Amino acid sequence: MKRRDFVGLTGLAAGALFLPSIPGFGLGNSVDPAQLLDQVDVAVKKRMADAALNAAKSAGASYADVRIGRYLNQGIFTREKQVQNIASTESYGIGVRVIANGTWGFAATNDVSEAGAAKAAQTAVGIAKANSKVQKEKVQLAPQKGFGEVSWKTPIQQNAFEVPIAQKVELLLAANAKALDNGASFVNSALFQVNEQKYFASTDGSYIDQDVHRIYPTFGVTVVDRASGKFRSRQSLSSPMGLGYEYLTPKAADKVAGPAGSDVTGYKMSYDILEDAAAAAKQAKQKITAKSVVPGKYDLVLDPHHLGLTIHESVGHPLELDRVLGYEANYAGTSFATLDKWKSGNFQYGSKQVNIVADKLQPGSLGAVGYDDEGVKTKEWDLIKQGILVNYEKIRDQAQIVGQNESDGCCYSQSWQDVQFQRMPNVSLRPGQAKLSVDELVKNVDKGIYIAGNGSFSIDQQRYNFQFGGQVFYAIEKGKIAGMLEDVAYQANTQEFWNSCAATCDASDYRFAGFFNDGKGQPSQSSAVSHGSATTRFNGVNVINTARKIG
Amino acid sequence: MAILSKDEAQNILKKVIGFSKADECSASLNGRTRGNIRYARNTVSTAGSSDNVSLVVESRFGKRSGVATCNQFDDDTLRRCVQRAEEIAKLAPEDPEYMPLLGPQQYLTPNSFAQSTAKITPDFRAQAAGDSIAACQTRDLTAAGYLEDGATFTAIRNSKGLEAYQQATNIDFSVTVRTKDGKGSGYAVADFTDVSKFDAKALTKIAADKAAGSATAKALEPGKYTVILEPAALVSDEGLLNNLVYSFDAREADEGRNFLSKKGGGNKLGQKLFDERVTIYSDPLNPAAPGSVFDGEGLPVKRTAWVDKGVVKNLYYSRYWAQKSGQQPTAFSGNFIMEGGTQTTADLIKGTAKGILVTRLWYIRSVDPQTLLFTGLTRDGTFYIENGKIKHPVKNFRFNESPVIMLNNIEAIGKPVRLGGNLVPPLKIRDFTFTSLSDAV
Repeated sequence: MKRRDFVGLTGLAAGALFLPSIPGFGLGNSVDPAQLLDQVDVAVKKRMADAALNAAKSAGASYADVRIGRYLNQGIFTREKQVQNIASTESYGIGVRVIANGTWGFAATNDVSEAGAAKAAQTAVGIAKANSKVQKEKVQLAPQKGFGEVSWKTPIQQNAFEVPIAQKVELLLAANAKALDNGASFVNSALFQVNEQKYFASTDGSYIDQDVHRIYPTFGVTVVDRASGKFRSRQSLSSPMGLGYEYLTPKAADKVAGPAGSDVTGYKMSYDILEDAAAAAKQAKQKITAKSVVPGKYDLVLDPHHLGLTIHESVGHPLELDRVLGYEANYAGTSFATLDKWKSGNFQYGSKQVNIVADKLQPGSLGAVGYDDEGVKTKEWDLIKQGILVNYEKIRDQAQIVGQNESDGCCYSQSWQDVQFQRMPNVSLRPGQAKLSVDELVKNVDKGIYIAGNGSFSIDQQRYNFQFGGQVFYAIEKGKIAGMLEDVAYQANTQEFWNSCAATCDASDYRFAGFFNDGKGQPSQSSAVSHGSATTRFNGVNVINTARKIG
Repeated sequence: MAILSKDEAQNILKKVIGFSKADECSASLNGRTRGNIRYARNTVSTAGSSDNVSLVVESRFGKRSGVATCNQFDDDTLRRCVQRAEEIAKLAPEDPEYMPLLGPQQYLTPNSFAQSTAKITPDFRAQAAGDSIAACQTRDLTAAGYLEDGATFTAIRNSKGLEAYQQATNIDFSVTVRTKDGKGSGYAVADFTDVSKFDAKALTKIAADKAAGSATAKALEPGKYTVILEPAALVSDEGLLNNLVYSFDAREADEGRNFLSKKGGGNKLGQKLFDERVTIYSDPLNPAAPGSVFDGEGLPVKRTAWVDKGVVKNLYYSRYWAQKSGQQPTAFSGNFIMEGGTQTTADLIKGTAKGILVTRLWYIRSVDPQTLLFTGLTRDGTFYIENGKIKHPVKNFRFNESPVIMLNNIEAIGKPVRLGGNLVPPLKIRDFTFTSLSDAV
């Protein structure tokens, strides 16, 4: 009840009032960091998986899948010149999902043994049979061939868990020092590292061993002006990525400059935390005295770090088929993108420039895996083509509802102990075909605002009306950046907004924004997802001024 | 296994402390049993239960600290867990904000556990979901809901002689009811320590009535309106009141980055910032909304006034920040109570010439921490009031408002009810700022 349905970890502001001390993040037990490098023999996992599948079949299941998962996390937290916390955690167990009497059942255990796996399978069948009494329609799974024994690993260059903690602490403290040297009053920084060692097996004949890695360096800088009592923050422009520690070795080729005069740098497949921390402090300081925006209609030029969140909220969520069907009505909500709009074949979600694609493949993205959590090989598919809504995001038991016979491969569970369900894949805006740089895009804007970095965000439960802030805002006057603005937020209707999309830069500007903690379901589960885009222009969007006076 | 008695828990913790070779050692055991049922489209979608007990050991050498956890409690496992905490501590950097462990403490006697709730069965949950669905099916409405209940215990012990133990129970229920054509939606939410107060049918009827009554919404121009905010609009979904209370942090304020920071330095403790009818406090022994009698470090929780007659009475001081600023540390009980009057929401509606009734505010996010400005939307039952009566449903709005401004614009405060573990009254507020319309239902 008190959960956020989408929690950005960028809000590492300050004191964290009433936050209990964090013995670990995630669900696991604290462990010695050395334990994070262990692997479990795949033959042992196969024996346990077979024990579960056989037990499920003997108990009367018509289908079963088993996930044996080791979920490893490390978080390092600092502020200014000190380390606040270092936590290494492991969560290891087995989850078994079955269909019996046409009904789903699920059970999980941390008894990681053949006997434990078999017992969980039997429990799951018992639950399925009990639930079948209130079931109205039998579960129908899209067909899926077995892949035999296969494996997949995130293509990383360096496992972040292999890097000594002292080296990682040193980097965060160096970033803090850069921020303090450049005028920050306060700085919090953190490094999150994740490794999911997942073994999936099903009665379809798949035995899939996957080793998934993610990393997320981030910080928040605050500048306080005691004389005026004003304070302003700027969060990191990093993104959580499906990469190893190589993300923290900056390469010149991965840096993308914002429009001339903006002092913004975006990052592709590697991130320069020292450079960004220095820029953040300078920009937070500028924000204190920046001009307060005059509300009205502006042409917006949105950088990919910012636009990724807008895509996430206004395209990624409304096209989740379980929301469209009403399964999330009591929590995350439903969707304006109803089946009749999709069936019409002419629902103009956006302008002709808008081509939005879903995938679980893009290297470096958070969604990239070889197979999803129900053994479906991952792929890419169109959601919006030249502005028209053409498809949804769906899994095996949903495909038949929309007359399709194939899952999209976007089933995911946050751990072995939660049941897998439909989650958002990567959802990305295709870059423009024609060559177009950010400066060329800005050149034609008469009265506009350039926004970089994602900030405050809010959208209604059917995804019509949204309001977004950002990290830094620059006025565009007669085709040129004309100084920083403050107190900016824009409000729009999803369909109107995407139909106001006028142009998007070419592939040379394309990069990811990612999110580590997208929440859905009751009990709530978290998933990680990336959104690729290039800097994009939207015409005539309503901008409000958010400044108020209190006490 | 999941809910250990005081003696069972303390016996395990005694062993843990006995195995310690560190300068200081603190251990805590947390256990919970939980069950849930979820339904949507008038049918049950998932149901589950879990139980777990885990031990957290913190070992300290000087200002270095290490933490290890385990969830088995034989002597070997306990000994290994303590050793691991000690190994991690030796490798850890010194904590410049180190505070020594607390010694023995006196605690209030908690009233946060109800046997009736601890005994809830899967059949009970299925019955509640079934009742809720049936109440909607007969009216051709669609229900989606979630029920979760649980019992928990927390035990702490340390090498300085501190000993603490508390049990608690909770049941949380929420239901969203929609009309078949998707034009009307209603919501009800409640939580209790004692399940005997829970009535799935009555709560579902509230949501169903709101759904049926909200299907013909008319659009009003955005702007400043007098609103009646029901308790769910104030505290569910990380509401405006929670966000206000959770911002009472002395350190942030003293550092100059909080709405309670004073120009030139220091904080606004002792200043009148709200209407004089506003009084907000925490009380771990409130019978309707009990809280914890100790915090995570074992510091005793007592009744604490945060706002008294509009004046900021206390801020949250961690032990470190309290010592640094010459203040007493503050322990938070996990609940807050806003005082009110005797009027129900229905009474407030009767006394309103023109206004808007808001069932729920949703997707509430910070816009400007300087002024505590938040944005979000109305949802699941928004109605226009004229001459003391609900006139017609209205389309949902986006708001941009600060609870600080809101609590200076009070027209009336109703009778507090329990929600989210707190006691919260419905509030009638003037000049509440709606900035745009939403088509969402």
